[in-house]
Amino acid sequence: MSERPSVVVLDYGSGNIHSAAKALEAAGARVEVSADRARVREADGLLVPGVGAFGAVMTALRAVGGDEMIDRRLAGGRPVLGICVGMQVLFERGDERGVVSEGLGQWPGTVSELDAPVLPHMGWNTVDAPADSRLFASLHDERFYFVHSYAARDWTLEITNPKIPAPAVTWADHGGRFVAAVENGPLSATQFHPEKSGEAGLRLLGNWLSTL
Amino acid sequence: MSVAVRVIPCLDVAAGRVVKGVNFLNLRDAGDPIELARRYYEQGADEITFLDVKATVDNRDTMFDVVQATAEQVFIPLTVGGGVRSGEDVAKLLAHGADKIGVNSAAIARPGLIDEIADRFGAQVCVLSLDVTRDASAESGFVVTTHGGRTRTSIDALAWAREAMERGAGELLVNSIDADGTKAGFDTELIAAMHEIAVVPVIASGGAGALEHFAPAIGAGADAVLAASVFHNAELTVGQVKDALRAEGVMVR
Repeated sequence: MSERPSVVVLDYGSGNIHSAAKALEAAGARVEVSADRARVREADGLLVPGVGAFGAVMTALRAVGGDEMIDRRLAGGRPVLGICVGMQVLFERGDERGVVSEGLGQWPGTVSELDAPVLPHMGWNTVDAPADSRLFASLHDERFYFVHSYAARDWTLEITNPKIPAPAVTWADHGGRFVAAVENGPLSATQFHPEKSGEAGLRLLGNWLSTL
Repeated sequence: MSVAVRVIPCLDVAAGRVVKGVNFLNLRDAGDPIELARRYYEQGADEITFLDVKATVDNRDTMFDVVQATAEQVFIPLTVGGGVRSGEDVAKLLAHGADKIGVNSAAIARPGLIDEIADRFGAQVCVLSLDVTRDASAESGFVVTTHGGRTRTSIDALAWAREAMERGAGELLVNSIDADGTKAGFDTELIAAMHEIAVVPVIASGGAGALEHFAPAIGAGADAVLAASVFHNAELTVGQVKDALRAEGVMVR
């Protein structure tokens, strides 16, 4: 039996990282909460949590050099998982009621407000994952816990090189469809909170750990 | 595809123990909060709410311990309310593992508290908790009370909910003081009135006593149902409530 994978939960002052760390432990990881460059570089996986406003999350991420740490890991093909606003900032920009903030730009597109009568989109929703998704393996009929008002409502990344596998994009619906999860080489992300999604969430984290 | 209706057990906590009052006045011990929270998690609860009913300084530290221990073993959202007066209180609760924070009397006394929480932590963190009673002199027929229902105000409950949403409340926890502890069913007129004006999710609270009480609350427009004593006394399980809702055609997890 192989050793448990090591994961760093990026510590940059974002809301509730306690739960993310405990859930990863329950899913089988050795977990450290840190913003130390060497620790982040060496970990088998990096989890980027995120709660609050897009611009505030970007400011806090940059303050600890998180943007560069994520770039360096991805350049080396090292796995990164973004959660909630930690997913949103992976896109080019966020538009929160006219306040436009620059994102990390790993993926093209803008994160914008959902078009639904009741916001936040809060609660347990179904997702539509591609059959070959590794994150959602044996989890296709489960619900996951969402709490957000903004999301990527389009997916425009085009892969033209046939040698590069197309990203697995999972959709959900709240007043129109939006991107609920992406698996794109070493970079994965979920708009919902797996650490708050009960047993299904722990199994999804376990699926991610099995790719490390 | 749409969001499932949430079933939320509420644990009223004083000095590290779960208590539940009849009409909020006579508290009686109903168990260990961490153990109860884990039991509800295993039964399929969609969220857990802790209400610190005696939020004195001594009690605060006990509450932090309860939240932290629960967040380590219960992987669903935790809402904590009771005695939250400042952004610092919120920061500390979030750091101990809370996901959402309920504000009530302190927000009535100082509505800017809602803006402060929403601006700093996001609207999704800020749950406005309203203890509502019927009052014919109010325009809507409902006023809010403070201090666990002991003090009636002249503030119209619907006007207050509107203002709180404009200030950034991300959810309304609507508790009927009249129905609370009666086990005679939710106040569906109150829920319907709140649903009418709500642009955020509405949690119905107060009065749950039997399986058939839950579906009418959803029918009146609630996005979630909250109950306490029926779960603590093991009269009903979360699973039974979900089965009853499902049988009425309500979508649950």
